[in-house]
Amino acid sequence: MNKEPNIICRCEDVTVEQVRELLQKGYTHFEDLKRQLRVGMGPCQGQNCQEMIRREIATFLGVSIEDVPTHTVRPLIIGVPLEAIKAAKKR
Amino acid sequence: MNQREVIIIGSGPAGLSAAGILLRAGAHVAMFERSPLIGGQLIKQTHKFFGSQKQYAKTRGYDIAKKLYRDIEAYQDHFELHLEATVVAIYPDRVISVYRQGVYQKYQAQAIIIATGASERLLSFPNNDLPGIYGAGAVQTLMNLYGVLPGKNAVMVGSGNIGLIVSYQMMQAGVNVKAVLEAAPNIGGYKVHASKLRRLGVPIMTQTTVKRAIGMTAIEAIETIRLDEKWQPIEDTETTIPIDTLCISVGLTPMHQLLSMAGAEMRYISELGGCVPHMSSAHETSIRNIFACGDVTGIEEASSAIVEGQFIGLIVSERLGYALEGYHLLKHECTTELGILRCGPFGEKIRLGQQKLKGGSSCSND
Repeated sequence: MNKEPNIICRCEDVTVEQVRELLQKGYTHFEDLKRQLRVGMGPCQGQNCQEMIRREIATFLGVSIEDVPTHTVRPLIIGVPLEAIKAAKKR
Repeated sequence: MNQREVIIIGSGPAGLSAAGILLRAGAHVAMFERSPLIGGQLIKQTHKFFGSQKQYAKTRGYDIAKKLYRDIEAYQDHFELHLEATVVAIYPDRVISVYRQGVYQKYQAQAIIIATGASERLLSFPNNDLPGIYGAGAVQTLMNLYGVLPGKNAVMVGSGNIGLIVSYQMMQAGVNVKAVLEAAPNIGGYKVHASKLRRLGVPIMTQTTVKRAIGMTAIEAIETIRLDEKWQPIEDTETTIPIDTLCISVGLTPMHQLLSMAGAEMRYISELGGCVPHMSSAHETSIRNIFACGDVTGIEEASSAIVEGQFIGLIVSERLGYALEGYHLLKHECTTELGILRCGPFGEKIRLGQQKLKGGSSCSND
């Protein structure tokens, strides 16, 4: 890792450089970056990194951030132990 | 499955106000709040509010939360409050799942009001993971809720109202605020807040931003840099400021996850702070009987969230057959008040954003 890391996704410790490198390779959708780097897959589920990453995508593509699609939000919003879900099923 | 009449997600100013009206109208309300305390962001706002008497001007934020809760307390037999309960999922058939202290449960409601508020925006710059770098909201929570100082010497990034108010509160608490940085050419917040800081000798440096943080195990200094009219850094304008606390206050963004997950039609509107739901004039999302109010529909002041909450409380109570006496008049009053709150120069962004929302770009969730 870089000596002076510029973190864009705090949950998964992903740097701006890593995102830019993949943008260069053609991964220009949030969903692509998510699959490659796990951005948006940590505890905050993209709430914190989403804006900054989409801004990077917008700058790279030369479009407005309003035109950059966001990532898919799926259940669950925070980590829930499987045990708790199993217990709910039994009730 | 647990059946409920109305579910409100979030107990901030919007959620509490909606609950107040619904309960007064006779509806049964279940409220879910992630934090152990009721009131949302109000609980850490020790400053007095501006505006009209109706929206609690001259009252401190945490006292507003108490007052809003007092309106609800009287209806204990109609009201169910779940604290430390996170709504982790929502589905279009108005089913939510909740995780609370190790227990996972599902609820279904006739109507759901999503009032989840907003989260802080962050900045990317080298070394932005060093301890001592906070969001302004975190500093407010530390100081005003828990009585803990964030550090001794601080710099604030962002001169919006939150940045200005938190800087002033840090000074009051004994933290030396060395500067407030603002990337734009003008101060973002109200002049009255900026003047208070200036009287204390805190410089507000416009067209300046943080270039990098410096430190080994914690922040020891920051390097600032000047920006030109096109927001580009100007070489050789770096200044180093030794600090142990960097506070970031560069705006808020709606907590849209539940709305996106439910499949509501969303739009990305810069003026409203991010992804917001497309709504009818009754604040109903594209999914029938799922409503939204407060900052999750666009970043504004708590006063607007209170009136929006009341408005939605009225709409939902009528939808469920509990129309309050004077329903139309009350609704009209809410609309008028929102219009007044959004009429000044500081309401321009909201007005523009709402116009855009009617025809803006989609922020797809597929």
